[in-house]
Amino acid sequence: MSALTEPRHYTSELNYLNNGWTLKSWLLTKDHKRIAMLYLISITVFFALGGLFAAAVRLELLTPPGDLMDAETYNKMFTMHGVIMIFFFLIPSVPATLGNFLVPMMVGAKDLAFPRVNLLSWYLYVLGGIFAIYAAVQGGVDTGWTFYTPYSSTYSNTAVIVTAMGAFVAGFSSILTGLNFIVTVHKMRAPGLTWGRLPLFVWAHYATSLIQLLGTPVVAITLVLMMLERGLRIGFFDPALGGDPVLFQHLFWFYSHPAVYIMILPGMGVISEIVTCFSRKHVFGYPFIAGSSLAIAILGFFVWGHHMFVAGQSTYASMVFSLITFFVAAPSAVKVFNWTATMYKGSVSYATPMLYAMGFIGLFTIGGVTGVMLATTALDLHLHDTYFVVAHFHYVMVGGMVMAFMGGLHFWWPKMTGRMYHEIWARISAGLVFIGFNLTFFPQFILGYMGMPRRYHAYPEEFVVLNVMSTAGSSVLGVGYLLPAIYFIYSLYRGEQAPPNPFRAKGLEWETPSPPPTENFLTTPVVTEDAYAYAEKEVKALV
Amino acid sequence: MSDAHVGTLEHTHDEEHVAHQFDNAQQQYESGNLGMWLFLLTEVMFFGGMFGAYAVYRTWYPDAFEIASRTTNIPLGAMNTLVLIVSSLTMALGVQSAQLGKRKRLAWMIALTMFFGLVFLGVKAAEYSEKWHHQHVPGLNWNWTEGEGGREVQILFCLYFAMTGMHAMHMVVGVGIMTWLLITALKGRYSPAYYNPVEISGLYWHFVDIVWIFLFPLLYLI
Repeated sequence: MSALTEPRHYTSELNYLNNGWTLKSWLLTKDHKRIAMLYLISITVFFALGGLFAAAVRLELLTPPGDLMDAETYNKMFTMHGVIMIFFFLIPSVPATLGNFLVPMMVGAKDLAFPRVNLLSWYLYVLGGIFAIYAAVQGGVDTGWTFYTPYSSTYSNTAVIVTAMGAFVAGFSSILTGLNFIVTVHKMRAPGLTWGRLPLFVWAHYATSLIQLLGTPVVAITLVLMMLERGLRIGFFDPALGGDPVLFQHLFWFYSHPAVYIMILPGMGVISEIVTCFSRKHVFGYPFIAGSSLAIAILGFFVWGHHMFVAGQSTYASMVFSLITFFVAAPSAVKVFNWTATMYKGSVSYATPMLYAMGFIGLFTIGGVTGVMLATTALDLHLHDTYFVVAHFHYVMVGGMVMAFMGGLHFWWPKMTGRMYHEIWARISAGLVFIGFNLTFFPQFILGYMGMPRRYHAYPEEFVVLNVMSTAGSSVLGVGYLLPAIYFIYSLYRGEQAPPNPFRAKGLEWETPSPPPTENFLTTPVVTEDAYAYAEKEVKALV
Repeated sequence: MSDAHVGTLEHTHDEEHVAHQFDNAQQQYESGNLGMWLFLLTEVMFFGGMFGAYAVYRTWYPDAFEIASRTTNIPLGAMNTLVLIVSSLTMALGVQSAQLGKRKRLAWMIALTMFFGLVFLGVKAAEYSEKWHHQHVPGLNWNWTEGEGGREVQILFCLYFAMTGMHAMHMVVGVGIMTWLLITALKGRYSPAYYNPVEISGLYWHFVDIVWIFLFPLLYLI
């Protein structure tokens, strides 16, 4: 970081988007911003695909009898929905798009540490995605996204190996992204950018990357063992071969529970950026928000057993896992309280990103608190495998992560594309998403509490009203997601030219033209103040 | 990575290999090393899943595991252990040669490392074919005639093939890396100012050796 780098002279017209128009200049790019755009396009495709499977599920559940499709088809629909949404949308959503674009810019670097590895990660993602689509074309898979043995390894007659292979390959793309982020944050920060000055978005991605590095390899090897058992009858989990199916669940959840934090931590980083910008305030309790990201990453590795309270795990193990799960709620709560305290006495404005951020805070809180309810062993016996669980994780994943993704996409869209989107339409769609989401998933809490089990294509008459509400809500939600696709694309052609910093936000990424030049900055930036120095007086008072 | 140069800095020999995203050779060197260490961390977790499964089943079926490990070929395993330890030595000497700028010795050391890697794989293949011959390959060719507990014994062989197979695949990748290193070394790419690829390939090679150092006692000796 000490080298005297000569400023490179760009004209303001030359940026990363118009620096080459050929297909090759995109497919062989090593520019983290272009790779972020490639990811954005591909995860949008998978989001739409996963959404179609969700629509099929909700349509079937519109009426009590299983009339639209038979049970096997329904099993395939919710499995493909889960596999695609988790492995091909939620896990790469924020890190691979916004993170890829912003982490190097926020630390003042010209690119990630390993640009070629970054491109490789996108190709691995695409390869994994091709496996998943091939599995869908082959007739789908019906094991649920968790691939539980022995059903997956012995009894299912569907494309289990192809799908698991897709998840396996996509996992390596996730590992490589995490590795790149950690090295970049450690080694490539701009002069003056100390750890205590890093934006919280970067802290959140750092914590996420740790989980990606430590967790993903374990699920990779677990899926390999499952595939070996299914393909070659080399037994690890099949009792007939001396194995233990619960061992699969242990190994699987050792990754897959931390993975839910891969799916929420980057979203929390987005919210920290948006809330401070639209409250015009220094963030409340910076070290606590930064530290809570690490605490979530670490504690998250010791709670996997709460998925197995009814899987024959010992009572004492369940008690310990239950207790640690209560602990992991604390750092999440720290974040929620600190965002709220940041807004307190701030001059809050309600631009679209802030609407999504406020939606996130409310919905994530509901998702988190119901998670604590599920972590109590007594309640879980009643609620396990009911719609209560489905509602809980959709409040965290959709109400949390997708909200944060949408908020972040609106916040940084002008930076990424150099164009402004239509603010009124954006606010309308944010409202539709919020209403549609709650209408879809709140009834599911009640359904689950009343005892409706998940993963059935038919249900008794008395559940019909709430299920109709849920399906109606999902169509509102669908419209809410479709609108941004339209006005974002429209903005590329007809949108107003974006200034370098349309929201008067703090952070290095706003100190360079929109869209940024290929090497991000015209001169290497030097950082002289804390992140979020929105109220100059307050910062000076602290110094 | 040498397709872009840093600003208008003088082109000293080491700066010529600095990729455009780095400020200087030192930053690139540190990033490369950290990146490889992090990658090895993921490898520890990857093999850790199988070691975890081993620990569980060994605790459950100690007797069956003892019977099964008696059928492994200890002399061949011990020989392979020795081969790998020597290959680690030649790898380390290779890194030292690069640091000292002894190009000829570097090429020889890489070639020797590669050779020992191939010897290891050859011996491994001989062991596998012996197992096949005795019908000790679960799933494909399994027929346990040596007493009770075939079901439990089978689990150890499943682990044996999964763990040594995964290790052998890493060895194949390692030999591939050595081939690439040899070609680039013969082109004279490495010097005392730029030897990072040799060093981080060495880290990978040593890691794969260390995995075997754990596999040998667990699968053969105890």
